[in-house]
Amino acid sequence: MKKQLLIGLALLASMPVAAQAHRAWLYPSSTVLSGDTPYVTVDAAVSNELFYFNHNPMRLDGLTIIGPDGSKVEAENKNTGKYRSTFDVPLKGDGTYRLSVESDGLTASYKINGERKRWRGKPEDFAKDIPQDAEELKATHNQRRLETFVTRGKPTEIKPNATGLELRSKTHPTDLIAGEETTFQLVLDGKPAANVKVEVVPGGSRYRDKVGDFAVTSDAEGAVKIKWPEPGMYYVEASVEDENSAFKEAKQRRASYGATFEVMPE
Amino acid sequence: MRVLLTITTSALLASPGFAAGLEVKVEIPKLDVSEYHRPYVAMWIERPDNTVAANLAVWYDAANTKDKGEKWLKDMRQWWRRTGRELNMPVDGLSGATRPVGTHEVKFEAGHPAIAALQPGEYELIVEAAREVGGREVVRIPFKWPADKEAAGSAGGKEELGAVSLVVKP
Repeated sequence: MKKQLLIGLALLASMPVAAQAHRAWLYPSSTVLSGDTPYVTVDAAVSNELFYFNHNPMRLDGLTIIGPDGSKVEAENKNTGKYRSTFDVPLKGDGTYRLSVESDGLTASYKINGERKRWRGKPEDFAKDIPQDAEELKATHNQRRLETFVTRGKPTEIKPNATGLELRSKTHPTDLIAGEETTFQLVLDGKPAANVKVEVVPGGSRYRDKVGDFAVTSDAEGAVKIKWPEPGMYYVEASVEDENSAFKEAKQRRASYGATFEVMPE
Repeated sequence: MRVLLTITTSALLASPGFAAGLEVKVEIPKLDVSEYHRPYVAMWIERPDNTVAANLAVWYDAANTKDKGEKWLKDMRQWWRRTGRELNMPVDGLSGATRPVGTHEVKFEAGHPAIAALQPGEYELIVEAAREVGGREVVRIPFKWPADKEAAGSAGGKEELGAVSLVVKP
């Protein structure tokens, strides 16, 4: 589907290494909840300004919600509109829920008859979609994870991912306070990711002149320290490139991560 | 807004027969607003490192048909983060109904489990109020436990709380 392909390309462009700055993000209605029957509703979109849905919706194909007990939670009322997708999440038990949109695929660029082409798809379609006589073929395994966290009642441990890039938090991701410093650990395939630039972007940029973004760098143990200047919603992103592609069609891998965190006033 | 006031020891002698304990007075202010809901109020005791030494009271709308009023407990966000989220409401001896405008006195005497477990040391009484369609406010009153002689402290809220006072009985 052409539209999906366009959105896919927009997502690719959201990687910090790319020239364009579009970001793909999840924005939950709340991150800290009480009571027996709370729901969160989540906006999912791709845009430049955070967190304004004014460019493209995020596709929800790769949406996974993991509840506090480790089981999958089904999103309700999934919808994709012009500028954003939305879905609801029932929080039926106490603890922390991980909401993530993940994708694992290939991108390629090549020349055919002197014309530059770009392709995005699944490994099994690579051979049939890419012409045999393609020149300057460069394929990349794109491993992307976007996530946010919400907690009903007392926060619980979050099960780490085995592969890809992620920020693990020693302090809890729904327990962030303005003025305090949070130490995360950036890990790639479960191992510390050292010396990686991590960008921190506060939401609400429409109502001020400066974006207010800043960058920190992970240390040798992958530790990333972020001091939150103000209460509000933040987007934190990082990406790395290496040669650990999971697919034989590509040599390169680009692993990227983007998370939305809510920072509360004291 | 956080208000800190030091405790002043008064020359009053402890009333004979009155057990050691804490007397807390909390004023719920009258507000000129078009939609008024009684505030949720939590009071608790913290150690100097901000860990919670005791929960004293939580006034919330447990009779509310919407989720037994628990949906809004997290709006007392400091209480929620420090201790509220660990509790399974309602809690006997802790939860109570929301209070109307006026000054409310609550006493926690030596027999009260919160007081009985209080080790000698420096503490702060914290009172937090959060109101639906309204704001939130926290006031703190430092005190020493146990008191040699009767001691009093007070703090004034500016928005969601009126005068808050504490008397520590030796």
